[in-house]
Order: sequence, then structure tokens, then C-alpha cells
Amino acid sequence: MTDILLSVRNLRVVFPHRHGDLVPIDDISFNVKKGEIIGFVGESGAGKSMTGAAIMGLIDDPGIIESGEIWLGDVRIDQLDAKRLIKIRGKRIGMIFQDPLTSLNPLKTIGDQLVETILAHLPVNADQAKRKALIGLEEVGIDSGRFNAFPHEFSGGMRQRVVIALALAAEPELIIADEPTTALDVSVQAQVLELLKKLCRERNASVMLITHDMGVIAETTDRVAVLYAGRLAEIGNTASLLSSPRHPYTRGLIASTPSVEHGDISTHLYQIEGSMPRLDALPTGCSFHPRCQDALPRCRLRQPEVINESVACFLYE
Amino acid sequence: MSEHEFIRIDRLSQRFDLSDPWIARLISRRPKQFLNAVDNVSFNIEKGKTYALVGESGSGKSTIALMAVGLLRPTGGSVLIDGHNLYDRTQSQLEHRRTRRRLQMVFQSPYASLNPRWRVGNILSEPLRVFSLTDSQSAERRRVHELLEQVGLSQSDAHRFPHEFSGGQRQRISIARALASRPEFIVCDEPTSALDVSVQAQVLNLLKRLQNDLGLTYLFITHDLAVVRVMAHRIGVLKSGRLIEEESTQSLIESPQSEYTKMLIRSAPRISRGTTGISFT
Amino acid sequence: MSKGNSLMNRFYKSDFFYDFRKSPVTIVSFVVVLALILLAVFADLIAPTDPFDAKSLNLFNGFTPPMEPNAFTGETFTLGTDDQGRDLLSAIIFGLRVSLFVGLTAVILAMVLGVSLGLLAGYRGGWVDSVIMRAADIQVTFPSILIAMLIFGIARGLLPPDLRDELAITVLIIAIGLSEWVPFARTVRGTTMVEKEKEYVKAARLIGLSGRQIMLRHILPNVLSPVLVIATITLALAIIAEATLSFLGVGAPPTEPSLGTLIRIGQDFLFSGEWWILLFPAATLLALALSVNLLGDWLRDTLNPRLK
Repeated sequence: MTDILLSVRNLRVVFPHRHGDLVPIDDISFNVKKGEIIGFVGESGAGKSMTGAAIMGLIDDPGIIESGEIWLGDVRIDQLDAKRLIKIRGKRIGMIFQDPLTSLNPLKTIGDQLVETILAHLPVNADQAKRKALIGLEEVGIDSGRFNAFPHEFSGGMRQRVVIALALAAEPELIIADEPTTALDVSVQAQVLELLKKLCRERNASVMLITHDMGVIAETTDRVAVLYAGRLAEIGNTASLLSSPRHPYTRGLIASTPSVEHGDISTHLYQIEGSMPRLDALPTGCSFHPRCQDALPRCRLRQPEVINESVACFLYE
Repeated sequence: MSEHEFIRIDRLSQRFDLSDPWIARLISRRPKQFLNAVDNVSFNIEKGKTYALVGESGSGKSTIALMAVGLLRPTGGSVLIDGHNLYDRTQSQLEHRRTRRRLQMVFQSPYASLNPRWRVGNILSEPLRVFSLTDSQSAERRRVHELLEQVGLSQSDAHRFPHEFSGGQRQRISIARALASRPEFIVCDEPTSALDVSVQAQVLNLLKRLQNDLGLTYLFITHDLAVVRVMAHRIGVLKSGRLIEEESTQSLIESPQSEYTKMLIRSAPRISRGTTGISFT
Repeated sequence: MSKGNSLMNRFYKSDFFYDFRKSPVTIVSFVVVLALILLAVFADLIAPTDPFDAKSLNLFNGFTPPMEPNAFTGETFTLGTDDQGRDLLSAIIFGLRVSLFVGLTAVILAMVLGVSLGLLAGYRGGWVDSVIMRAADIQVTFPSILIAMLIFGIARGLLPPDLRDELAITVLIIAIGLSEWVPFARTVRGTTMVEKEKEYVKAARLIGLSGRQIMLRHILPNVLSPVLVIATITLALAIIAEATLSFLGVGAPPTEPSLGTLIRIGQDFLFSGEWWILLFPAATLLALALSVNLLGDWLRDTLNPRLK
């Protein structure tokens, strides 16, 4: 069990609302192993970003973690007070967001921001910190001559590289990357993902990659968790999950993704009818049953549990 | 006029003036600065076919979309719809109106493309009124219901407001609005890039079905080569405002000529690569 | 279920009504404003006497303190009387009517003017925008009370003497209205510039709607909620501006005294011991302006999605 870095147990996040509570995350459990890249895939409203926010302790008001546990190594982090959480977050967890500008201070040079982060979390002096910052920039492919440049002087892809350098600066054990390449062009996306993958491998850091793009999942991750309407639909090894998906939603999601490799103008894309239910109008039983072609009578009545830590569907019970 | 020149984009250019105000230029002695967002782009679209313009951000594809529907006057070149020049100042108001009815647009954002204060029924009947396409209230209502059903929504949705719908449904409403004036040519500007994958498939299938049923001609603007593969008859690849390669879909994706197109195809993420364990570098 | 019924139901369930119920200050402000408006509207029915009816005035009743019988006539007045024996309560109720009427109509004038100019500046851009917004910039460098006095003075100068008193109220409304259009125009211009880039406006342009049609039918409904907030806050300003002008003697004529006029009359007697003649009209004005302002603040917070 020592190879588990992060363990999330029965996490449930609730937003109290006067018309009834909204539950963006309901009973989600998973482990992140040391050094692995685990993907979280799902459509908007599936709860994938919220999962990341819960781990980082960044759930917006008035949301709360109602039940469940989050363990980082042997520290339980879901009940920490703000001060200790910030310390852990900065040191042991790095973050990368979709919009690089949200993580960069527009008024400081990227060099200063790197040095500041390193000094705050690592036992080094100013000179060593600067040397480390320069190495960090070099590793993400940014010329050391741009140490004193401001964030706005970089293109989107370059900025995201700076953010990666910044996220890695404190030598964290876990990186949470929330749609890190969604705002980038495909050619840049490929480079940024490859870079993230390579650097985390070198440092044996784990990555939680949150994305809506099955292609990105396929090319980057070791394992993948598929979320639907706040619940875990399926989790498993990326290669086997993609080649033989089990949950009807996963199957539909993969089948409806167009591919650059096959198909032509006469291709009728596989489509899942309907759309993800809103949080204030979740159906009873399995939330996917209204869109599911294989729905059984009991799918309407009860929520399926995750079986064998792999799939939450009555078809496999 | 031959059939394969139903839409003719002829040496289209758009130059944006990025200069400082004149007084600042006078002080700094900098010359005027221009950006050639679209540079001498020409292509034709056959009637009933889909032409896709593919490019990354800043390639000028959305600028071409705006010029192709008459929303942005080109600084050079022309757009001909079935022989009518969209920007010909010598044509009468009536002729322009007639041409305008024949072209429509589907936008990227399912949120910003519908007026949040209008009911769906009003959104759909506005083009009918503007072009005087129905002669009575009841005919108008019938047409709105017909449009809703054509895009897979129900008649009762006419009384609802846009915020009551999901992103995919809003995009359907947007498509229904585009169909209202019975156009022949529709420009689709990234119509699915803001949608979830499972919903994207619904919208793409809908657009294809409508093309078959109504004989529509599409100009499809996108950055996604996988989508283009199943949507387009022909593809043009744009880079920095220039059309660098143009071919039928099959040959362009399977044997691209330019390095840029090759790179675009190479970097498109693929599900299959994960299953075989091959990494991309 | 009738349509009106479901509309009421929707209102009761709305976030708007929920926010309202959760804020005691707002409820109190709302009740105060509503009560004052009702007083003003039904002044003829509520006021004990008609303060403008010279025949009913008895000079012996002058300077009667509140709740005390008059030394000569033995009559009692709830809020006392002024120097001419006029019942102060009645005078305040009728003064409230003038103040509210001037305030509301001035705000409507400012709103129509500001929203139109703001839409035009935001949608057309270019030199139209420059001209309108520079005019606004110049206007705000002067205090609006000064602008109002200027307009008031010019209008009085141009009008024939026999019409001056008759049109005093109209001139007052125009003066205040013209001095308060800038905040409307600025806000509407900003929102319009955001809205006009949205795709629904492109869709409207695509079918060939004219700029005027797009502004009125598509953009206007989407810029109205900030306008409502500004209108409420401006109402408080307009009421105070009216009171100030009247206090300075350039506003409502003595034949139709507003709260400001009453305060001016009252301040003559403040130091001779007849405190009530000043205090009660001033307190009413304060209650009115403060409540309207608090309502405006609450509206701004409620309608602003970013603060939620």
C-alpha cells in the first residue's frame, strides 16, 4: 500500500441550496499511485474540476465536503485548517489551470515568481533558488534570457510552459492539471502534454489530468476515471479501458468521438441521446439511465455501486 | 455559371489597421501598421457540398466566415453567392435583401448566440417577419413548430427562454434560426467546439441530415481535423491568413502535401494511440 | 391556473424575492418608501387640511407647537403649525407629493436621455461615441446642482414673467433631469459595447436589421437591469437636488411648496425656538432619500451576479 500517494474515500461535496442541496460530487473513491498519470474525463458538469478543487481545498462558497476522506500519504487533508492546507498545497501539490494567466502574477517577472515559489518551499538561499529557477525554465524549453520577462510577453503555449515550471518548482509529489491544454492549439497542446509527462516521470511526481478530451487521455495517462453527473462511472487502466470500455456511458463517449484516422462524409457518428442532467434535476437511480440503451428496470430505482473498483453499472453485477 | 461555383470566394483579403492614433504616430514617427488577417484567399464551393476551412487560432478562418456572410466588408476581393456579389454597391437594396435571405450562419457559442431576453418562438420567427415569409400569425406559428421539430426539439419549447436549455439544445435552436429563412448556404463557425463530445455527435449528425434533406451548402470553419473528416467534401488549410493547401477530404488527410498540414494531422489526439501504447513524439 | 397566478408564484419562488426577505434593512426601506408614496398619492384623502386653501388658514394658529392646544384657538395639530398657521402635517404630505413627482419625472427624463445616448455611443462607436462621451465628461466636472441651477436660470430668463411660476415645476424637472443623465449613459454604453459583440447581435445583423432595430429590440432589454439600479439611486439624488434647489429658493414656488421649500421656511425659525417647522420636513426628506438609497444599494447587490 505504500505506493499510494493520494487516497480519496467516498468523497461527497454538497452545495446547500434553498430548493434542496446540490451534490456535484457523490461518493467518489479512487487512489493515485506514486508516479502515475491518472486522467479524469467527463463532460461539463460531471464533477471532474470539482474533484480537483476538493483535493486542493478550493471549493467555492457555500460548498462543503460533507463526508468522505482525502489522504495525501498519511496526512488527512480534507479537515486541515486553512494555514496548514496552504502549506501542503504549495509544497506537496502543484496546480495547473486552463488559463495560464490565472496562475501568473501579471506584475512580476516570471523569474521572480519562480524564485519566490522556490524560496517559500525549499530550504535554499537566494542564489541557489535563482539557479534552480533557471534550470526549471530551461527544462520547460524557455530560454534563460527571458528570466526577466513578464507573463504578457509570452504566447499562450509558452505561458503554460511557465506555469508548468512554476507548478514543479517546489518539487511537489502531485500535480493537479485542470484542462491544461484546452485553450491551446493542437500543435502546441501535443508539445505541452509531452513536456508535462516527461518532467513528471523524471521526478516521479503523480499527475491528475482533468480533461474532457478522450484523445488527450489516450495519449497521456496510465489510468483513467470516467465521471458522470458527479459519480464515478468507470475507472481502470487507460489502454484496456479504451479498447474494451464497459460502462455504457464510456462506450458511448468513445464511440461518439470522431477520429482523424477513419470515417468519411457518409459516416453517421454514434450519438448518445439527450444531455447530462443538471444537478438540480438528477434522475432517480443511475443518473445515466435516461440516456442508456441497455438500461434495466432496476437502473431506475437504485444507484449502482462501483464493482471491483472498476465499473458502476448493474450490467456487470 | 457552372454548378461547382455556387459559392465563389475570389481573392478575398482583409487588412486590419493596427496603427496607433494619428497623434501618437506623429510623436513616435512610426508608420501605419497593418495586419493581413486574410491574404488573397480563393476557393469555390459546389452546391450541396461542405467546404471546410481548417486552421489554428489566428489563421483568419473566422474573419473569412464573417466576410462570407456579409458581416465584414473585405478590403480586397469578392464573395459571390450564385453569381451575386455580396459587396457590390451597385446592386439594389432589394437584390441585397434577396441574396441575404439565401445565406445564414451558425455560431460557436451556444450561450452568446441567442438573445437571453427573447423566447425561443420569437427568436425563430424574427427572420420570418423580416423577410415576410409567412402571411399570417398561424402560418408563422406553424413554421416555428416545423423548425423546432426539424432540429429535434418539441413545439412547446417555443415558449421557453434560452437559459432553460442545455448547450446542445441551444445549438439546435441556433440551427433552427439559421434554417428559418430557407437559406441555401450556411456558414458554420466552430459550431461544436463549445459542446461536449456526446452532444457534438448529435449536432454534427443533425447538420449532415439537414444537408441531405434540404440540399444545403456549408462552409464549415473548425480547428478539429477529426470533425472535418466526417463533415467535409473538401478541405482548405489556412495558416496566417493564407490558404496553403486545398484538396478533397480523403486525399488531404491521407496524403497531405505541406509540412504544416502534416504537422496538424500528426498532432491531432487519437484514442487509438492509447490502446496500442504508442507514445507520440 | 391563470397566467397571472403562475407569474406571482414564480415571483415568490424567485431568488429576487428570497434575497428581499433575507434583508431586514431592505424590507424596512421598502415599507418606508411605499408608505411615503401612498401618502403622496392619496394626499387629498389623508391630509387633515388643505394647506393651500388660504380660507382655511387662521393666522391665530401660527406657531402652534406639536400636540399642544393653541393658546388662542385651542386647536391641536399633530406636528404643529408654521408661521401662517398652516398644519405642518398636511404641508409635509403635500410637499412630499411635489418632491416625489419632481424626483420621479426628472429620473425618467434622465433615464430616457441617458439610455438613448448610451446605446447610441456604445453601438455606433467612432465619432458619435467621442462626442457623446466627451460631453458627459465635461458635464461631470461640474457639480450637478450647479448644472441644474444654470439650466434653471437660463429657462427662467427665457420664459415670460407670467409663465414663470406656472412652469416652475416643469423647469425644475428638466433642470434636474438634464443634470443626471451621465451615469445612465456611461453604464449603458459599457454594457452595449459588450453586448454588440455577442453572436446574437451578429445574427440580427445577418438578416439585415437596422442599427436602430438592433439597439431597441435586441440590446436594450439586455442593458436594463443596471439601469434599474441607477434609476433608484438617481431618484434619491434627484429628490435631494430638488430639495436643495427649493431650499435655495430657485425651485418649487411658494404656491406649491416641496419638502425643500418647507425646510427653507423652517430654517428661518430654527433659532427662535420653533424647531418643529424645520425638523419634521427635514426628517421626512431624510427618511425618503435614505430609504430609496438603501433600496438602490440592495438592488445593485442582488442584480449583480458577480457578488453572488
